[in-house]
Amino acid sequence: MEKIIEMKNIRKTFLHTIANDNVNFTVYKGEVVSLLGENGAGKTTLMKILYGMYSKDSGDIYVKGRKVEINSPKDAIALGIGMVHQHFTLVKSLTVLENVILGLPSPKGFQLDLISSRKKLLDISKSYGLNVDADAKIWQLSVGERQRVEIVKALYRNIDVLILDEPTAVLTPQEVDDLFKTLNLMKKEEKSVVFISHKLDEVMKISDRIVILRNGIVTGERKKEETNKKELARLMVGREVIEVLHKEKVKVGEPILNVENLSALNDKGVLALKGVSFKLRKGEVLGVAGVAGNGQRELEDIICGVRKPKDGKVYFNGEDITNKTPKEIINMGIGRIPEDRMEDGLILDMPIFENIVIEFYDKEPFSKGILINYPEIEKTARRLVKEFNIKTSSVYAATKTLSGGNLQKVILARVLSQNPKVLIASQPTRGLDVGAMEYIHEKILDTKNKGTGVLLISEDLNEILNLSDRIMVMYEGEIMGIIDRQKEKVNIEELGLMMAGSLKRRRDYETSEI
Amino acid sequence: MKLPKFKLERRSTPPLWFQVLTPVIAVAISLVISAIFLLLIHKNPFTAFYYMFYGAIGTKFAFKEMLVKATPLLLTGVAVAIAFVAKYWNIGAEGQLYAGALAATWVGIMNLPLPRAIYILLVIAVGFGAGAIWSLIPGYLKAKFKVDDVVTTLLMNYIMIYIVSALLNGPWRNPKTMYPESITISQNAFFPKLLPHSRVHMGLIVAILAVLFMYFLVRRTKLGFEIRATGTNPRAANFLGINTIRAIILVSIISGGVAGLAGVGEVCGVHYHLIQEISPGYGYSGIVIAMLGRLNAFGVFLAAIYFAIIITGAQMMSRSMNIPPYIADVIQGVTLIVMLAMLLLFEYRIRREK
Repeated sequence: MEKIIEMKNIRKTFLHTIANDNVNFTVYKGEVVSLLGENGAGKTTLMKILYGMYSKDSGDIYVKGRKVEINSPKDAIALGIGMVHQHFTLVKSLTVLENVILGLPSPKGFQLDLISSRKKLLDISKSYGLNVDADAKIWQLSVGERQRVEIVKALYRNIDVLILDEPTAVLTPQEVDDLFKTLNLMKKEEKSVVFISHKLDEVMKISDRIVILRNGIVTGERKKEETNKKELARLMVGREVIEVLHKEKVKVGEPILNVENLSALNDKGVLALKGVSFKLRKGEVLGVAGVAGNGQRELEDIICGVRKPKDGKVYFNGEDITNKTPKEIINMGIGRIPEDRMEDGLILDMPIFENIVIEFYDKEPFSKGILINYPEIEKTARRLVKEFNIKTSSVYAATKTLSGGNLQKVILARVLSQNPKVLIASQPTRGLDVGAMEYIHEKILDTKNKGTGVLLISEDLNEILNLSDRIMVMYEGEIMGIIDRQKEKVNIEELGLMMAGSLKRRRDYETSEI
Repeated sequence: MKLPKFKLERRSTPPLWFQVLTPVIAVAISLVISAIFLLLIHKNPFTAFYYMFYGAIGTKFAFKEMLVKATPLLLTGVAVAIAFVAKYWNIGAEGQLYAGALAATWVGIMNLPLPRAIYILLVIAVGFGAGAIWSLIPGYLKAKFKVDDVVTTLLMNYIMIYIVSALLNGPWRNPKTMYPESITISQNAFFPKLLPHSRVHMGLIVAILAVLFMYFLVRRTKLGFEIRATGTNPRAANFLGINTIRAIILVSIISGGVAGLAGVGEVCGVHYHLIQEISPGYGYSGIVIAMLGRLNAFGVFLAAIYFAIIITGAQMMSRSMNIPPYIADVIQGVTLIVMLAMLLLFEYRIRREK
């Protein structure tokens, strides 16, 4: 088969992380090739390099055998490469037709040639089964329709290769079927598709070939006929299971946080949490594993009090906290380490000492009546900065001057100094160096050993495996299963299958008492 | 050929001297730009500035007049600055000032049988209340429904100014003079004079107390902490348990109330009746003063005095040199623009991309 695109020894680094390390990737004519991997495996980065959005550090790109330099999406489109991003790039107030021809030269010079472009658009939508209304305004369209517009837009530019970045994440099952029909029609027309995904079922259904990435490295390349989901799951997750870091036996406590049948919409108004139920016990770490965007954020938001569920309840110590305010939830003894430490966890432009006390400044002795007792606050802040080893010149410095690890320590100092009964830790070590990571893991285990129930939401599987007593896997807003490590060993293949949505162990959480 | 690209890059922490120097440099640059305008109308800028400062602080009389002008400016400056700390973009101090003036006049012309001290406290209270209510409407809309406060506070100005106009041309028109002005308020509601043979009145003390109050509120109270957190990052503040809706509503009440006090002072301390031109834009100047003072109580104090000097001095300058008094407006406007540009440089630096 003819090679359309060949990427050789691509390397790309962002500051301290290696996103792609000597990656080789080929696209043949008329095939659907999948890029499979967890979050942060480097799939999107690789394709953004091909599409001219990122510049590579080293390596070569060949298109139809010719070596090329791609410096912008414009270059990529000229070479016949199109990409549909996870976040669409459409002008909402314009019509479908206007969006499709936006940025293209008109054959009539200054005047728009709407008649011939409309005809071309209709031809494309007909021959690829992409049903769109040329005169509808984008804001009137559903997410699935908008994606079709994006695909039409790319095909209108006569591309040979279409890159789809997690295209099914926003689609209903019916729309996924329609998309796959379109992709098959494209194959017939000798066009190629790069399908970025972490969903095993879909990858097995649509691709001819599968390239698996992990931590920026290609860990495997398989023809569909030669592989199966189990092997792919192993290649994707691919690590030996480490036993729990801590040796102490868990003293299984009473359930303290009880989540019942929780459903919620995400910010786009799509159902992101579909009837989730589980119990968190005192003195355990319950790890929530799964690829980001599978309902973890919504779960975190609801327990923290910043999102209202559509259905279901959260009980803390038997008390319904579902619609309590963040303040009430904090005061009840639920500590929160939010996923977005820069936007939610800290007010970066305020000084460190104020950020440390911001969840309890209104209690004695930090304030009295309407007045704040700053000397007392500063004293406590200085003590906590020392205790948590926060590296800063002064407690008065703006919080934004701290490094990532020290930012997280400020949050840790604030939360743990209040001796929480439950700790919600979401991505607690994302982007941190090894030292800070170990420190935070240690603190989380300390907290657990004091009898706190810890809900650890993390994309980092090592972190989940290192710290958790039980592992709960989330996929598309549902719990795929809970692995109790006191009762069974973790089967990494099974874990991978659950994370990729190909295995659901219903019995686990539906029948067990906990 | 590739054009060089410039981009703005956030500074880590600006040094302290930079923070102090910024407004000083802004004032200096604005004077230089104003000098260009003066040269365009063939006037010597040095002479002009001499008259301006002489006319404001050169004589005892001028100095007292400057204090009279500083009184409402201090109050509107504080009003706007408190609001801006919470990022409640109150452009409506002008309307709130008129609301305060209207309320004070209303109570003042009732001629209530009250002792002077009580009467004065009463006009202050109703003036504060009226300004607070006028500001609470957009504040509530912002806090609860995220309605754009720049638009609502600005439009509320026109509503209040036309209400005052309607009253003065209708029911409140002075029956003796037939001018669109109210009758004189009760003598018992007059603010006492602070200095003999001048117009400096008790409102100046109220204004200075307002400056101290702002410092105390923002830096020493729980509410002040909540206001600062809400203004700096409302999303995080809400996540961290601060009631941001309550903070914005309380700020809108305080801000509007303080602006209302400026109106009370003009009615009860300067004019003793309500006129259409009770404010030549003190509410809008308050915005510039708040920005120039970097939303800091002490800074607002200095900025208000600076503006009072320009406004008072511009009259002397225009009389002595036959220069249009609008030049004071030019200096005000230029100062604001320069200050905003300086603030941008203060937060960011310009970097040339390779």
